[in-house]
Amino acid sequence: MTETLVRASNVRKSYGHVEVLKGVSLTVKPGEVMCLLGPSGSGKSTFLRCINHLERINGGRIEVGGDLVGYARRHGKIFEMNPREVSRQRRGIGMVFQRFNLFPHMTALENIMAAPVGVKKVERSAAKARAYELLERVGLSHVAGHYPAQLSGGQQQRVAIARALAMDPELLLFDEPTSALDPELVGDVLDVMRQLAADGMTMIVVTHEIGFARSVADTVVFMDGGVVVEAGSPAEVLDNPQNPRTVAFLNSVM
Amino acid sequence: MSNGHVSSAVPTTKAATAKAAGPGAAVAPEVEDDVVAIPLRHPWRWVVAGVLVLALAGLFASLWTNPNIEHSTIATYLFNPKIINGVGLSLLVTVIAMLVSTVLGVLLAVMRLSRNPVMNAFAWLYVWVFRGTPLLIQIVFWGYLGLLYSQISLGVPFTDFTIFSVDTNTLVPAFVAGLLALTLNQAAYSAEIIRSGMLSVDPGQHEAAASLGMSPAYTLFKVVLPQAMRVIIPPMGNETISMLKQTSLLSVIAVLELYTVATQISSQNLRQVELLLVVSAWYLFLTSVLSVPQYYLERHYGRGTAAQAPTLLSRIMQNRIQRSKR
Repeated sequence: MTETLVRASNVRKSYGHVEVLKGVSLTVKPGEVMCLLGPSGSGKSTFLRCINHLERINGGRIEVGGDLVGYARRHGKIFEMNPREVSRQRRGIGMVFQRFNLFPHMTALENIMAAPVGVKKVERSAAKARAYELLERVGLSHVAGHYPAQLSGGQQQRVAIARALAMDPELLLFDEPTSALDPELVGDVLDVMRQLAADGMTMIVVTHEIGFARSVADTVVFMDGGVVVEAGSPAEVLDNPQNPRTVAFLNSVM
Repeated sequence: MSNGHVSSAVPTTKAATAKAAGPGAAVAPEVEDDVVAIPLRHPWRWVVAGVLVLALAGLFASLWTNPNIEHSTIATYLFNPKIINGVGLSLLVTVIAMLVSTVLGVLLAVMRLSRNPVMNAFAWLYVWVFRGTPLLIQIVFWGYLGLLYSQISLGVPFTDFTIFSVDTNTLVPAFVAGLLALTLNQAAYSAEIIRSGMLSVDPGQHEAAASLGMSPAYTLFKVVLPQAMRVIIPPMGNETISMLKQTSLLSVIAVLELYTVATQISSQNLRQVELLLVVSAWYLFLTSVLSVPQYYLERHYGRGTAAQAPTLLSRIMQNRIQRSKR
């Protein structure tokens, strides 16, 4: 086995008295595409949000690129990160949301330029050229000047992917990227994600698209009740599931 | 008025035509399908308008023919240099107080929303004090600051070390006291308006900004506030108009704004009603003018949410063209 990009060990997360994650452990190698499947409430989205510290974990540890998420090691001690350090750590981890979350007061182009210019201090002209390039890559260079409200859901999600790519992340997290889309728009977004996978991007995708998981994922992880029930290659988990809960879930969605 | 040519067809009419034409028949020209109807009449609009016009005409006539109003006095004082100076000072106070209080308001709103319990409590206390006491009393209080502290000095508390020390009445003349009172009071109200605007922004926006590695400060200024502005501006327009009128309260500490000047003049010529009319005319004029920048601010911060609103002038022109077409 080569190096590991993401290593989660025994991750626990509670909201009040409700434990949502009850010890999740998994690893992701660079260039790997992992699909997280499971019924709603299984904790898969929460786990994804823990990876870039949008949620704070209550136990266990998550490492991305060898660094603890949300904590810094200094002089042999572990310190909680301040907001500035957390922001810096998140630059390397892109995220795509179910509801797109584009900035509505900025055009598609400005959405993509915002973080490189404001966070990485890239020169405006260079950021603009790069943003056009990324729009081209997701097939949307013709709507560069449009505001999100003027775009279809599928177009918004592709702009959101381009926006995440603009920070040159080493890891991309997708939180049900096609769940809020009309059925005929899902394909365009999945095509872009398929292309990213082919280009070698490391991706963790929470999804209900079994077909996508089967054709693109290197690893499929089935979660239920805050734990990993089954993990393995698509052939193992999707075509020859061992756990009865996996079987029941796959029967209900396929 | 429309010429009665309505282009939306009644469904039954259309179905009947289609049936008559039979399947595969050429589509009949649109015109034959159109319902030609006499537009709905609105007789009550004319009745209500007539009554109101009559009532208003009566009121104006009674003012115009009233022997107790000297119209020439109104004309004389409308553009009197003292009055104009008063107008200028009222406007100046309004602009400065609104600008500074908005900055303070943003600061207080951010403190109130911050997770820092000390800042949170301080912002709450500030709003509690300045919103909970009458503005008139706050104005008088700042006016009488010299009675409370005859000297204002900067130094280290509880020691004799001072950097400078000035007479309070030199540092805080009536104008400054009035400005302070209005600004600090307004900041409390603005803070709540700004806070509500910030709360109206979708939490997903914070998450998107965070996931891109944006710092909290950058997120505030580039993502949250520009979106909050859409909600903040209409009530802030209200506050600006209130502020302009509230400057008249500064007459209690003898700041030479519009109302103070007018009362000074009327105490000499005993033409109180005429000068009140002069003052009212100016306030009405100024509040009308102030709604123009509000329109443009709303237009600017509304971008991306709706079809771009036209400029004020083109909107007025469009209305006139549409009206003349009818």
